[in-house]
Amino acid sequence: MVPVSYYVALSAILFTIGALGVLIRRNPLIIFMSIELMLNAANLAMVAFARIYTVLEGQIFVFFVMTVAAAEVAVGLALIVAIFRTKHSINIDEMNSLKG
Amino acid sequence: MTFFYLAPWIVFFPVIGLLVNMIFGGRFSEKVIGTVASLASGLAFVCSVLLAYSLTGHPEAFRWTIGEWIHIGTLQLDWTFRVDTLSTTMMLVVSGVGTLIHIYAIGYMHEDVRFKSDLKRFRRFFVFLNLFIAAMMILVGGDSYLMLFVGWEGVGLCSFLLIGFWYEMDTLARPSWANSNAAKKAMIANRIGDFGFLIASFLMFWAFHSLQFDQVFQQAPAIAASNPGLITAITLFLLLGVTGKSAQIPLFVWLPDAMAGPTPVSALIHAATMVTAGVYLIARSAALYVTVPAAQFIVAMVGALTAIFAATIAVGQYDIKKVLAYSTISQLGFMVAGVGMGAFAAGMFHLVTHAFFKALLFLSAGSVILGMERGHHHLAHHKGHDEHGDPHEEVFDPNDMRNMGGLRKTMPVTFWVYLIGALALAGIFPFAGFWSKDEILANAQQGGFTAVYWLLAIAAFFTAFYMGRQIWMVFFGEPRHEAAAHAEESPKVVTVPLMVLAALSVVGGALNLPGVETLTKWLEHTVEFIKPSEFIMSVALISTALALIAIFISWLLYGRKPLKAGEVDPLKKMLGPIFTGMERRWFVDEGYKALFIDRYVDIARFTADVIDWKFWHDWFHEKVIAGTYNWLSNVMLNRYADQRGIDGFFNGLGEWTKNAAAGLRRFQNGFVRSYALFVLIGVVAILGYLLFK
Repeated sequence: MVPVSYYVALSAILFTIGALGVLIRRNPLIIFMSIELMLNAANLAMVAFARIYTVLEGQIFVFFVMTVAAAEVAVGLALIVAIFRTKHSINIDEMNSLKG
Repeated sequence: MTFFYLAPWIVFFPVIGLLVNMIFGGRFSEKVIGTVASLASGLAFVCSVLLAYSLTGHPEAFRWTIGEWIHIGTLQLDWTFRVDTLSTTMMLVVSGVGTLIHIYAIGYMHEDVRFKSDLKRFRRFFVFLNLFIAAMMILVGGDSYLMLFVGWEGVGLCSFLLIGFWYEMDTLARPSWANSNAAKKAMIANRIGDFGFLIASFLMFWAFHSLQFDQVFQQAPAIAASNPGLITAITLFLLLGVTGKSAQIPLFVWLPDAMAGPTPVSALIHAATMVTAGVYLIARSAALYVTVPAAQFIVAMVGALTAIFAATIAVGQYDIKKVLAYSTISQLGFMVAGVGMGAFAAGMFHLVTHAFFKALLFLSAGSVILGMERGHHHLAHHKGHDEHGDPHEEVFDPNDMRNMGGLRKTMPVTFWVYLIGALALAGIFPFAGFWSKDEILANAQQGGFTAVYWLLAIAAFFTAFYMGRQIWMVFFGEPRHEAAAHAEESPKVVTVPLMVLAALSVVGGALNLPGVETLTKWLEHTVEFIKPSEFIMSVALISTALALIAIFISWLLYGRKPLKAGEVDPLKKMLGPIFTGMERRWFVDEGYKALFIDRYVDIARFTADVIDWKFWHDWFHEKVIAGTYNWLSNVMLNRYADQRGIDGFFNGLGEWTKNAAAGLRRFQNGFVRSYALFVLIGVVAILGYLLFK
């Protein structure tokens, strides 16, 4: 059996990649993928611990996270489409109309 | 079979009646309004009868809770009806006599000269009557002192509303505030009594941690043994409440003025039921009173002194209702003396019989007044006068006995029932009043209350005298006014209730005949301290002899040579200033005015002129507050203080805020990714703190 630290390490690596992706990339679609990467990193940690402690809640929770993630992507893509229609661009740095 | 579940309906029925009249009464005719109200009261009477019947097989108290009320700490009070032999006795009297008076009022209010076919007034009258029955039922049916107090205030309110029923005119339908003032007087006198009741309740809660009857009475002997002063204080404060509600010395002054209300009100509230609430309260609190004999003695003396004091005043009155009003005060004195001596059954017995014959007397007096008004109306019509509003028309008082005389022939039914009522009140064998008054006197003799006994015996002498005087003046001799000559008998709706009450006044004594003692045995289940009383022949003979002598003297003075129109009262010629004293109520009202009311006005004037105007307005407002502000604003207007100090401070604050905003603005650069970076840094910082703290 693979030790749990491996899973946690992988989860941390995936999360870091996701976080850096959000901070560095300018394409909202890529940012979305990075967010998904972070969510799944968390999911991975969750199922790993659920397995170790032989409890079911972690596994069930992952399903919820997946559902919420799917809903979030749907809303997010709709927002991106709407923004594209008005600004004809989806460059994230051009979305600065709330600047103080 | 028991009907205890009907207990709340003694209140619900009158409430339903008043709601029906209030909501739909606008479309009803007089008859329908009166019928709805009478039916509501009648159904309450049926419930009372069924409750009393249920108690015959089940004599211990039954308690029926309909809702939670106050639950705070150890104080647990609910809306609980208490059905026991004492409360059902009161319920029967209230709803029984009340129903008869409702029926009578349909006829009376229609004929009242002040009525003038105002249907709204008619409806309002019956709404108030039903409200009174409901409040009185709460009073007698309550299971705690607080619920009793709710009813106590409720009946006080109805009394106020009904005394001032014709609030914009006096008894002769002239524009005046006399009736409103009478209502206010009743309200204020009762407030003083209610203050005593409230203090007694507070003390009771402090001593017993409860206001529920059983819980209070259980603890009474123990507390009386350890702290008799406390129980004495409670009972004497309760007595103050009783003197207010039951019109005893010193608070009796409101009851004679209360005769300003319509006559059915005088009969129902100010003779038969509400004013007996005080007697009920003492009988209910028997367990408290028996532990403190000193308080019992004071109660008995207050009752006896009131009995004789009011009886002497009744002798000197000319207004037919005022005689009865003072008679009521006097008879209430008998009852209070009875329950004060510990003769609870005798007091309650007199309460019941008095309700019959005093209601009868008041209602018959109302019938006499209506007859006089009819005669007056007939005359005015005959002479071709305007019916109302003729300025030259002499002011005619249909209540004044000096205008009456010879009504025996024109109003035979009223005469006979009045005579029965008068004989019952005077205590002539075998009418109801004989048995009940005698039982109180016998108890006074037996219990060693010699002073009380003699005071009451002399009061009974005066009672027979003023009733004899009234009968001779009203019904015998020749009419002293044309209106009396043309008086007419009242219709059936008025006379039938009178006949029922007359029958009750004749046989009412059977409730508690010596030897049988139905009422005593009935009340024993609730008031354990009742001693079976003996029938003392000498007492009965003395009181009967006194009554007969009094009636004989009244015949000598008023019957043998009837009063002529304009003639001075023969007693006035004989007694002179003493009679003037009686006529002017021994100047009690004037004394109260000089002692309390004028002093109160002085204090009010002092407060208004000196405290409010001179001190508060002239000195405090003008000098202190306005002066300080003036000084302060002058200081502030100063160039340095205003421009440097205040302006500088606020301008500085504005500058500082502006600079702070300019600095913070840089973080708000509009790049989503930089916001995400701040979030990340924040999360890492918090996690780092949590991990390494």
